[in-house]
Amino acid sequence: MSTGAVGRAYPRLEGPAKVTGAARYAVEYPVDGVSYGWAVPSAVVRGRITRIDTTQALASPGVLAVLHHGNAPRIAPGPPSELRLLQEPTVHYRGQFVAVVVATTLEAAREGARLVRIDYDTGPHSTVLTDDHPGLYAPEHVNPSYPTDTAEGDFDAGYAAAPVRVDATYRTPAYHNNPMEPHATTAQWHDGRLVVHDSNQGASSVQATLAELFALPPESVRVVAEHVGGGFGSKGYAKAAVVLAALAARHVDRPVKLALTRQQLFGPIGYRTPTIQRVRLAADTDGRLTAICHDAISQTSTIQEFAEQTAVYTRSMYAAPHRRTTHRLVRLDVPTPFWMRAPGECPGAYALESALDELAVAVGIDPVELRIRNDTAVDPEQGRPFTSRNLVACLREGAQRFGWAGRDPAPRSRRDGRWLIGTGVAGSSYPARSRPSAATATARPDGSFLVRVNATDIGTGARTAMWQVAADALGVPPERVEIRIGDSALPTAPVAGGSMGTSSWSWAVIRAAQALREKLRDGTPPTSEVTAAADTTEEVGGQPALPRYAYGAQFVEVRVDADTGEVRLNRMLGVFAAGRVVNPTTARSQLIGGMTMGLSMALHEEGLLDERYGDWVNHDLATYHITGCADVESIEAYWLDERDDELNPAGVKGIGEVGIVGTAAAVANAVHHATGVRIRELPIRLDKLIGVSGLA
Amino acid sequence: MRAFRYHRPADVAEAVAVLAAEPQGAYLGGGTNLVDLMKLGVQRPDVLVDVTRLPLDTVEEVPDGGLRIGATVRNSDLAAHPVVRRDYPVLARALLAAASGQLRNMATTGGNLLQRTRCVYFQDTGKACNKREPGSGCAALHGQNRDLAVLDWSEQCVATHPSDLAVALTALGTVVEVHGADGPRDIPIAELYRSPGAHPERETTLTRGTLITAVRLPPLPAARRSTYLKVRDRASFAFAAGSVAAVLDLDGDVVRDVRLAYGAVAHRPWRAYRAEEELRGRPFSPELAARAADAELAQARPLRHNGFKLPLTRAITVRALTELASS
Repeated sequence: MSTGAVGRAYPRLEGPAKVTGAARYAVEYPVDGVSYGWAVPSAVVRGRITRIDTTQALASPGVLAVLHHGNAPRIAPGPPSELRLLQEPTVHYRGQFVAVVVATTLEAAREGARLVRIDYDTGPHSTVLTDDHPGLYAPEHVNPSYPTDTAEGDFDAGYAAAPVRVDATYRTPAYHNNPMEPHATTAQWHDGRLVVHDSNQGASSVQATLAELFALPPESVRVVAEHVGGGFGSKGYAKAAVVLAALAARHVDRPVKLALTRQQLFGPIGYRTPTIQRVRLAADTDGRLTAICHDAISQTSTIQEFAEQTAVYTRSMYAAPHRRTTHRLVRLDVPTPFWMRAPGECPGAYALESALDELAVAVGIDPVELRIRNDTAVDPEQGRPFTSRNLVACLREGAQRFGWAGRDPAPRSRRDGRWLIGTGVAGSSYPARSRPSAATATARPDGSFLVRVNATDIGTGARTAMWQVAADALGVPPERVEIRIGDSALPTAPVAGGSMGTSSWSWAVIRAAQALREKLRDGTPPTSEVTAAADTTEEVGGQPALPRYAYGAQFVEVRVDADTGEVRLNRMLGVFAAGRVVNPTTARSQLIGGMTMGLSMALHEEGLLDERYGDWVNHDLATYHITGCADVESIEAYWLDERDDELNPAGVKGIGEVGIVGTAAAVANAVHHATGVRIRELPIRLDKLIGVSGLA
Repeated sequence: MRAFRYHRPADVAEAVAVLAAEPQGAYLGGGTNLVDLMKLGVQRPDVLVDVTRLPLDTVEEVPDGGLRIGATVRNSDLAAHPVVRRDYPVLARALLAAASGQLRNMATTGGNLLQRTRCVYFQDTGKACNKREPGSGCAALHGQNRDLAVLDWSEQCVATHPSDLAVALTALGTVVEVHGADGPRDIPIAELYRSPGAHPERETTLTRGTLITAVRLPPLPAARRSTYLKVRDRASFAFAAGSVAAVLDLDGDVVRDVRLAYGAVAHRPWRAYRAEEELRGRPFSPELAARAADAELAQARPLRHNGFKLPLTRAITVRALTELASS
């Protein structure tokens, strides 16, 4: 019996707590005897610490300790090398944390950090990604475990033989995750046990990593992440803040709060790698693709490999008999790139969906129609049918809602005073994955239920969605259900990432609820608490390897000032096919958030590296521009009623990421339509348009 | 962050006396810039003299027809002032184009004029900056200098002045009232700011401890026809990529008088005297406005990444003046 909670627009359960300030974030928990940690970044790009002088820092009022490679607690071998902080004098990139100052106040810690004197031996460095860098290599695989290169048919022959060809190179800069809440931790040790209140996207995985780092049994580590102020992927694993806080707390033998500064979020926590992408498309004169090639270049650090799966999007998106994708990587003296909303798919779609627009222009076919013509029912690489694929339906519905019909395809065909107006479209897709999860469901004598799953709500509404799913699975009104998430003491669950949180957690919640209902056959409340547990490891592992994706179509109208080159958004509209929607309120928020982030990528964001310093110089929110409310004049998100029985018990596909994929291409395509100018390097800022001959 | 003492003076004389005796002290206005710089370690005052409670928070019409604005008047209050909105729209628009609502509620008139450059190298103690640390070099000259100066820079410094308010006040020919060790005096705003030259660390002509107490707008009926145009990389909460403050006084279609000032192009708010000269006494046309801007910008020396500021400044000059001419 479903009570119909799933599909209803409930407001977030924790909304009142958040807006009144009652909800606590990682460093807001009151702790007795607390001290404050301040991370000290390296001042050189590459080198070796030869001497650390802490005399002045230790003499500064309030300073309790300065930790560095010479005195910090040891870390066990095994964990990711970039987490082995303060263990050795080597510096791999500018901004790498090389010391931590602990003091009785935050201000004292900050001042102490200024007084730490560090000498380095330095060497030459290389920090700029180029397509002819001598260090380019093919990694063994790209994230998470895709083949580096793929090929079907004979791309070169297919390309050479085609009547229409597009060969274009697109570039994207470094993008930086800027969640409202920085990476932050309160760490406490009690009798050899570690408790952290930490801002992360998966308390279970952070627990596992900390246990490994400190050679503890997992049950001796507790990670609480009840409310998390955003992450976008940057908090998907344990990162520097939690490790430094735990090391510091152990060293000074008292609780330590450590939050990274905004500036410190621009390196050590990871970023979306810059990319250089060459896309070649070949087609018949009717626009049917015959050959596709996508060659992607990105960077990683010297300390750890991170291989962005940039061209993976191209492997399954559109049909063509001859296909090739490659990834090349170079190790630079820079921080390690990391996850950022739709890693791979997002920059990859920018290139492919832009190239498709160039093809549409070249063959004189409407870009919506071009995509429809190249739709495919089977995964072009795997040869298997998609479990559901409603890309065409998204394109048609979007075109209708947007008012695409009758569009004059000619660039610069619309003008309103000084404004050149243009429209653009792009497709979107993102994998619909699930991972094993555990959950428990408890019936209480008072007729209420408690459902526990270590999901993380990074602001997406995960808590509310799980509550709705649990209510339906238990067959009771949601008001009778209490949901607990965000604590590693709860049943183990995967990260809020990869658009697989809802599908994975709800799977376990539904199975636990079903098991509980089995135990309570007569449906009456038990006389004492009855609990049932579920673990989906076996069931998820046994799922057939089918191509499962969410889809979307993005439509954008921009205006470009013919005098100044300013690009402004008139409206943006997306239609998505993402399985069953659990909560329309939070789903819409995710989709328009993703689209806004894609707009930000298209028009505003850019990490500006100064190669002499090996550092991004615009490392704050005043100079690293992120789209603000005033930039989003009209944005609409819709979804199709989609049923797919090959997903998971809740029938959901993730929606955290599909909203960003394709957006930047739609914006860039609209700018081309408005101006006749194709900008192939993001962001599309006025300086790239103002000098263009004939714009005015 | 350096520990500091905090002092709240009872009157202007006390404020000036306290700071005169404190070589490492600083006045604290709204704190929207100074406090950030203190956190970053760029400024490290040992005492803060909080001037926000001094009786300098009124806007008064003065007998000669001008307007006297106290130094602690908040930017949002000033932008909303009915006389400012009616008689000096260039000022109201410049204020509203700046920062965010929250910042405007805190920022003061005096503090706004003395805010420091947003050059990213100045704001990062890990990078060379002659303004922050004389003699250390200018990393911006051959670095990421897209936001920086095209006019009047020196090898020592290519920073721009960030204030929108100051650009409007420069166009209006404002007088700045200050109080120093020698008592009160007036400084024309054009003489307040310095070019970087060999000493970019000296940004104004104010001597140590001198406090801005008010700014005085001259009576300028022509300013009723005035505007401020600001172009930036996003629709709000961004410093200017280019900005222009313009006052246009037409006699028929002939330019009787004109005041033009540019933001985002130099170390100081840039009064465009050459452009004004080109315009004055001629029948107005957009072509004339373009020629005037070109005359002003002929002396520009763009850096590697900021050549776009020339066509941008030209475009907004033409637009601002054309709008005023047709209003």
